[in-house]
Amino acid sequence: MTEAITAEQTGADSPLLARRTSKRWLITAALTTAIVVLPVLSVIIFALFPEENIWPHLLDTTLPRYLTTTLQLMAGVAIITLTIGLATAWAVTMCEFPGRRFFEWAMLLPFAVPAYVIAYVYTSLLDYAGPVQTTLREWFGWRNAADYWFPEIRSLEGATLMIGLVLYPYVYLLARAAFLEQSPSLFAVSRSLGHSALSTFFRVVLPIARPAVAVGLSLVMMETLNDFGTVDFFAVQTLTAGLFDTWMNLGNLGGAAQIATTMLAFVVILVTLERYSRRKQQQFAARDNRDPIRRFTMSFPRQLICVAVCALPVIFGFLLPAITLGQYAWEYFDESWNTDFIRNTLNSLFLSGTAALTTLVVGVTLAYSRRLHNTRGMQIMMRLSSLGYAMPGAVLAVGVIVPLAAFDNQVDSIMRDTFGVSSGLLLSGSAFALIFAYTVRFLAVSAGSVESALQKITPSMDMASRSLGHTPGQTLVKVHLPMLRGTLITAALVVFVDVMKELPATLILRPFNFETLATYVYQFASDEQLAHSALPALIIVLAGIIPIILMSKSISGTRSIS
Amino acid sequence: MRLKLAATAIAAACALPMQASADGEVNIYSYRQAYLLEPLLNAFEEDTGIETNVVFAKKGLAERLEREGRNSPADLVMTVDISRINELVERDLVQSVENDTLEKNIPENLRHPDGKWFALTTRGRLIFASKERVEEGEITTYEQLADEKWNDRICTRSGKHPYNIALFSSMIAHHGEEQTEEWLAGLKDNLARKPQGGDRDQIKAIHAGECDIAIGNSYYYGNMLNDENQREQAEAVRLVFPNADGRGTHINISGIALTNSAPNRDNAIRLMEFLSTPKAQRIYAEANTEYPANPEVKPSGIVAEWGEINPDDLSLQEIAENRNAAVKMVDRVDYDN
Repeated sequence: MTEAITAEQTGADSPLLARRTSKRWLITAALTTAIVVLPVLSVIIFALFPEENIWPHLLDTTLPRYLTTTLQLMAGVAIITLTIGLATAWAVTMCEFPGRRFFEWAMLLPFAVPAYVIAYVYTSLLDYAGPVQTTLREWFGWRNAADYWFPEIRSLEGATLMIGLVLYPYVYLLARAAFLEQSPSLFAVSRSLGHSALSTFFRVVLPIARPAVAVGLSLVMMETLNDFGTVDFFAVQTLTAGLFDTWMNLGNLGGAAQIATTMLAFVVILVTLERYSRRKQQQFAARDNRDPIRRFTMSFPRQLICVAVCALPVIFGFLLPAITLGQYAWEYFDESWNTDFIRNTLNSLFLSGTAALTTLVVGVTLAYSRRLHNTRGMQIMMRLSSLGYAMPGAVLAVGVIVPLAAFDNQVDSIMRDTFGVSSGLLLSGSAFALIFAYTVRFLAVSAGSVESALQKITPSMDMASRSLGHTPGQTLVKVHLPMLRGTLITAALVVFVDVMKELPATLILRPFNFETLATYVYQFASDEQLAHSALPALIIVLAGIIPIILMSKSISGTRSIS
Repeated sequence: MRLKLAATAIAAACALPMQASADGEVNIYSYRQAYLLEPLLNAFEEDTGIETNVVFAKKGLAERLEREGRNSPADLVMTVDISRINELVERDLVQSVENDTLEKNIPENLRHPDGKWFALTTRGRLIFASKERVEEGEITTYEQLADEKWNDRICTRSGKHPYNIALFSSMIAHHGEEQTEEWLAGLKDNLARKPQGGDRDQIKAIHAGECDIAIGNSYYYGNMLNDENQREQAEAVRLVFPNADGRGTHINISGIALTNSAPNRDNAIRLMEFLSTPKAQRIYAEANTEYPANPEVKPSGIVAEWGEINPDDLSLQEIAENRNAAVKMVDRVDYDN
């Protein structure tokens, strides 16, 4: 039922769509991009004016290690997230086994656990003084570290595992949505032509899901590249560590911005390569997608394997950390429990909700404009607007301050000159600054997933709607948005959970006396006492679960399954 | 629909901010955790009726202050390290304060010559030694940390942490770069494990038997003793005040500075004065087991039990000036790997 899969470039950029469209969408998209790209631009400008040239020192000393470590970390996380994400997405979509419906949403649970929290929890469990090693020593009568070998959690491998465990849901989520959208008849055809299930997965299913998986993986890669909390805690020296060292210890913001810009270029090259390699593919979803998926029925041992494959990531990525936090929360309950608690939770919910909505609106606007005007310029705008995700949060935050403060001070100067009154700071240090920062940062999430979903809707839909007299806007609302419902909800909820966990930009940009759950937890975590704020940390995790359940329900709901 | 959604979102966003510029307030950008400031600020509010507003972050506040410029709502910046506060002076973001109360309460070596910053507390960077495995008097100076006898027996946090950087800077000030680099390479060779974790983690590692010697700030030890879940680990170590009989123990400060914009200047100076008074200094000393900057106030209970601290009287300014040299030295000896 699917037409033109992996076909050569066809009517997708049919001039019909563009010619009949007013310039309004194009202008809106251009303006939006211009605003959203400002913070990134500020950082690039910083890079032009370093305090001193940092590169000779870096090249002589730490740069080779920073680079190797960064690449190793990224490769490791890519392998972990792809393996877990694809295997579990395939299992819950295509296999019938006990607990499948539970795992459909439970696979997403680790997503709610911030990487810095899971890192802390595993360190306290697994380091020399932790319960695991202490117990082993008691059992085997070892006296000290020299008597036995135990894997060091604070290591590159440890960091890879921690980050992989909480980020694989990106891949899982997008892969699963893509698998659900695929027509089961394709699979049946491949099997009838003599391919095994495994071979069909790699030759048919995965290539079709590739754009979505690529979006998921690129989000994972960018988050990994920008992670500071975990690598800092584990003393793993990545480029980000070098960046913050240059900024905070050498007082060289320009040098730090140069490192950030280099990382940005690296991400852009990766993403471009991936896109280039599938430049000739064009995919459209089936017109009629109501063909039910027929799941495999399997022997009992195979069912057990499915259960194990799905259960392990959830146990290690969610259950164990949550239980440990729960235990701390119990021990330190009196210190954790106070009246600010509800206010902080509300702040977090408000910011996450507003940012999710804003990001979605901007993302849809950009992705749809690109559909209408599929020009090189529009493609570049799409890419530019997603750059915010490829930068460490704290650096981006400084980039956000620059245009906002410049705007505020400009308005203030004009007010002082003409009316003799000061308007002070209007946007800086307000919740607006936070929402703006989140939008810039997480736009890649919404724009990327909306774009890849829109690409799968055949242009004949637009043509039909337009020839029936609808404007592009009406077509979007009446045709595309309903078809994209699953994608939209997913994108919004991913941003919601991401904002819930976001820390560095929130810390720097927030108004006075303003705490979110994440900043509140960080106060204690940064003072080496996360246990004292285990309760709010647990709430971040729990608050993330609700949207996760909704998310999963809505995705299943987009597809009838028998 | 698009527009309506966006408008609602923006309206909601703008309804939320609490821009603080009304009278009877003072606004603080703090590098120190807000919960640590709370008891002090509560006491100030009770005494004066002036409200305090805080933003806490570990990075980016100097940039925010700089960009906000003359319209910045911030009156005061509070930091936990000499080089952070010195950076504010170098970037010309803070102003001089001439004030009799402050000059009377804070000794001259603990404030900027032109009153551009004032220390509020000091903390010693101490050596922790295993009670079991290290004899009393076996180690008494920072210099001895590079002795071969400690091979594979020392734990520290990252050499890049500001507290270690300040210690290494003070070594550069005393011994010059060349000799310090030799010392640092020796210390690095003695490390039992790759530098990691925070200061508390080093004490925990001694308790666990992973190493015998660690470097850490005095108050981490004090706070571990005050936490019943960590007391046993803290009790495994003995405090050593390095170089007590010589030039004195390296100290760092937490401090405060008045911003250039300071819209609530008078209230801000009242808060600075208040924080230097014995009442506030006592709260500092007790809540976070630090050393009060005001010499009239004696250290709190458990801190007093450790005995007198003989602080190195090297100027803090000089420590700040050696920062970049120390950071690069840490890279050269590959301390963190």
